[in-house]
Amino acid sequence: MIYADNAATTRISDAALNTFITLSRDTYGNASSLYTVGQRAKEALEQARADIASVIHAEPREILFTSGGSEADNQAIRSAAVLGLSKGKKHIISSAFEHHAVLHTLNKLEKEGFSVTLLPVHEDGLVRPEELEDAIREDTCLVTIMYANNEIGTIQPIRELGAVCRKHGVIFHTDAVQAIGHIPVDVEADNIDMLSASAHKFHGPKGVGFLYAKKGIRLTNLIEGGAQERGKRAGTENIPGIAAMATALKEAIASLSERAEYVAARRDRLIAGLSAIPHSALNGDATKRLPSNVNFCFEGIEGESLLLLLDDRGIMASSGSACTSGSLDPSHVLLAIGRVHDVAHGSLRLSLGDDITDDEVDYIIKNVSEVVTYLRGFSPIWRDLTAGKKPFIL
Amino acid sequence: MALYSEKVMDHFRNPRNVGVIEDADGVGEVGNAKCGDIMKMYLKIENDIIEDVKFETFGCGSAIASSSMATEMIKGKPVAEAMKLTNKAVAEALDGLPDYKMHCSVLAEEAIKSALEDYEKKRAEKTDAQ
Ligand SMILES: Cc1ncc(COP(=O)(O)O)c(C=O)c1O
Repeated sequence: MIYADNAATTRISDAALNTFITLSRDTYGNASSLYTVGQRAKEALEQARADIASVIHAEPREILFTSGGSEADNQAIRSAAVLGLSKGKKHIISSAFEHHAVLHTLNKLEKEGFSVTLLPVHEDGLVRPEELEDAIREDTCLVTIMYANNEIGTIQPIRELGAVCRKHGVIFHTDAVQAIGHIPVDVEADNIDMLSASAHKFHGPKGVGFLYAKKGIRLTNLIEGGAQERGKRAGTENIPGIAAMATALKEAIASLSERAEYVAARRDRLIAGLSAIPHSALNGDATKRLPSNVNFCFEGIEGESLLLLLDDRGIMASSGSACTSGSLDPSHVLLAIGRVHDVAHGSLRLSLGDDITDDEVDYIIKNVSEVVTYLRGFSPIWRDLTAGKKPFIL
Repeated sequence: MALYSEKVMDHFRNPRNVGVIEDADGVGEVGNAKCGDIMKMYLKIENDIIEDVKFETFGCGSAIASSSMATEMIKGKPVAEAMKLTNKAVAEALDGLPDYKMHCSVLAEEAIKSALEDYEKKRAEKTDAQ
């Protein structure tokens, strides 16, 4: 079995699981309580906050724990919108291929009277800092652009985008859910004001994440109640989850450069192998991408049937086809980089694990090639393409 | 995967009647690449009986399974009976489809009907020519 869907979620690491179990079993107290087991829990919570802060070059008080990436995205954007509103600024800039946690929050704000500019994403899967600068207006209160894309893995020029925002005094938020733990992220060097992260993408547990908000940025609550998280996020803290997230992140950071180098080499081997399939194309820039991400379009076939047949052969992957998204349109990410519907339906994302081997990569190449050929063998589109009745797109 | 019934997976993994009939008496193609599903059906008809049927499909697992099941259901049947094939019957024969995949069975019904209409049209043209 080859699990090649690490962008969807990762397996919890043994160390993170240990932390989770130990804290659940032994340090089960409520961090708001005065007795020892409560205070121990409080210490674990604050240790996790300090550890996470130091990893991204922030201060502990700038870290707010959430239920994951979606909540962090929602709270970051809401907070900046509330701040903007107080100054009469109601314009937000983002990109066309953000995660739905960002896009759907922006849709809601549009209904509430905000105007939103979505920067185009070029064919290489990158936004341009110049285009950001051109889009900034007097009334822009927030720029939110993801660090690395979850489908095609392209890494945005975050430092440059952040510099543009600094120059114009606009808050810069980045959804770094796919980046943290996989590539270096430094909120200071990268000019980031707010950042979202999620533990389950870097071998931590599911249902826990964090929001970094630079001091001075006032957060707005999504959840009202007790005074946890400096009053900005009510609810008894998920201390086992939070501490396990810190364990996973420290582990990921400790091995980051060797891991990235190792996985990127396997990624490039996989890209080279799949490129040999005729009428296929890599989605997104070949080098400015996450070490683990491979995303291809194969003309003449549909992604879901490809996934099901790969699953039969022990390969777990994902696709941006309409059938896998449960809607009529294929992935908005692929459409944003200019793939037409016909080929966007035939996409395959392989997000490799840290322990992927050359043999496994070769097994994937062989099986993807076979399944694509098999499906093309009875595809009416492929027949028309090969008969010259329709021009090839790829 | 529990997304589909065993029947769907069986027809998806081992589709029946895949291919083309070069001298088909009726051909029908429905769907479009934009939506991600295209089905093409080829019929060989003699004495009003569907002697052979083949299909080609671009689409998801349930689209392939629906095409396969639909061809099995009309093979060897009189044209009038094949005309009565419904998408519900195809979906039931597959032990059900998820709600959002029911359109695949609709496409299968439409593809068969489109091929039968093509057959009727060609036959009418032939009779006119005589
Ligand atoms: C880029 C990006 N943002 C946000 C999220 C949502 O994170 P979570 O599942 O922790 O809510 C994900 C994960 O699906 C993601 O890939």
